[in-house]
Amino acid sequence: MRHDHLITARQLSRADIETVLDRAAEFDADPAAYGDRHPGALLGLLFFEPSTRTKMSFETAMKRLGGDVVDMGSVESSSVKKGESLADTVRVIEGYADALVLRHPRQGAAKLTGEYVDVPLLNAGDGAGHHPTQTLLDLYTIRENAGLDDLTIGIMGDLKYGRTVHSLAHALTNFDAHQHFISPESLQIPRSVRYDLHESGAMVREHTDLTDILPELDVLYVTRIQRERFPDENEYHAVAGEYQIDAETLEAASDDLTVMHPLPRVDEIAADVDDTDHAKYFEQAHNGVPVRMALLDLLLGDSE
Amino acid sequence: MSDHELRVSKIRDGTVIDHVPGGQALNVLVILDIDGTGGEQVSIGMNVPSDRLGRKDIVKVEGRELSQDEVDVLSLIAPDATINIVRDYEVIDKHRLERPDHVRGVLSCPNRNCITTDEEPVDSKFEVLPDGVRCEYCETIIREKIPDHIGSA
Ligand SMILES: [Zn+2]
Repeated sequence: MRHDHLITARQLSRADIETVLDRAAEFDADPAAYGDRHPGALLGLLFFEPSTRTKMSFETAMKRLGGDVVDMGSVESSSVKKGESLADTVRVIEGYADALVLRHPRQGAAKLTGEYVDVPLLNAGDGAGHHPTQTLLDLYTIRENAGLDDLTIGIMGDLKYGRTVHSLAHALTNFDAHQHFISPESLQIPRSVRYDLHESGAMVREHTDLTDILPELDVLYVTRIQRERFPDENEYHAVAGEYQIDAETLEAASDDLTVMHPLPRVDEIAADVDDTDHAKYFEQAHNGVPVRMALLDLLLGDSE
Repeated sequence: MSDHELRVSKIRDGTVIDHVPGGQALNVLVILDIDGTGGEQVSIGMNVPSDRLGRKDIVKVEGRELSQDEVDVLSLIAPDATINIVRDYEVIDKHRLERPDHVRGVLSCPNRNCITTDEEPVDSKFEVLPDGVRCEYCETIIREKIPDHIGSA
């Protein structure tokens, strides 16, 4: 990879993605065997928004590579609360670490940070913007289960605000993938994402109902529709209910269908799906560690 | 044309922005951050007959040359405008606007969750698309009413 920072999935070429996924596969085969890879390297964790799992996943990845983490801690206990700008905070903390991970509630926060710091930066989610490390672990999971070319994928749920969806859709334009977006009209993909997909010649169709397209899918990627996106409770229940799946729903699907979800889920995938061969969302979550090991290894390697 | 030359020559030192689409003169002032309180001498012609545009606006600002950032944003609302630099009543330089690839500062991002609208020490940056502009931080696209987004948030 010829990048210093990983800000958005849009910056990744097919070759970049394959480099990361190949390296991740090596680490995945024996994650405990790489403790001498980056001894003493320090990863700075800047989480301006709570995210226990993503943070733990990065921490595990760095420690598996022989390094350690330094953690800014929660926003409530830090100087950020006193009104320090992000640009100032990151310039101080970069002095403590060999690489940084940033999660921030505002869109564009990672791009801004990347302009101020010299150590490699990994964007772990900026508002409704991008979440490229999630995308790479999604791609890894898709490649392991269905392959990335000649792929027909359905992406369902909140496509308007879901950052995992935007990053994934961008990244899939590098592959021979047909993308079907399934959502209520009020939660369709935003204009800027549609613009990029159109520009890159992506094969995209939009649906409001899963039924017709389900039998064609190799992968169904489900995301959560959040209560707060709707003005009233009744409307939320009426709409969200149409985008929930259970084992019975999946009887109409191909036997090889892979069901994914960025987790945490609430009720959009019923527990009875867990027992089917379709369920790959826990495997997907576990893939976060080897994929983040691969990213850290590539970025730290480049910087030395 | 002599009438045109006369209008342009009326200021001593400064800038004449000509061939602005009819009705956009006040937006030009907004882009230049001129609201009268700074004491600049400004004259405006609105809906002046024009061969090229039918009706055009002209803005003349005494004692002021434009920055590249201002010129870039100007090109978004007045793509056919000409900039005349006047020194001692003479037009010493005259050029058409060029559509830039990027505009910096001047416009502000309409996305309330964008990092550039927070208390950060950065100028806004927009990529110029064929039919609008896109925030380089949050990727929000503005297509309509670009002058509404001039100025700080
Ligand atoms: Zn923005």
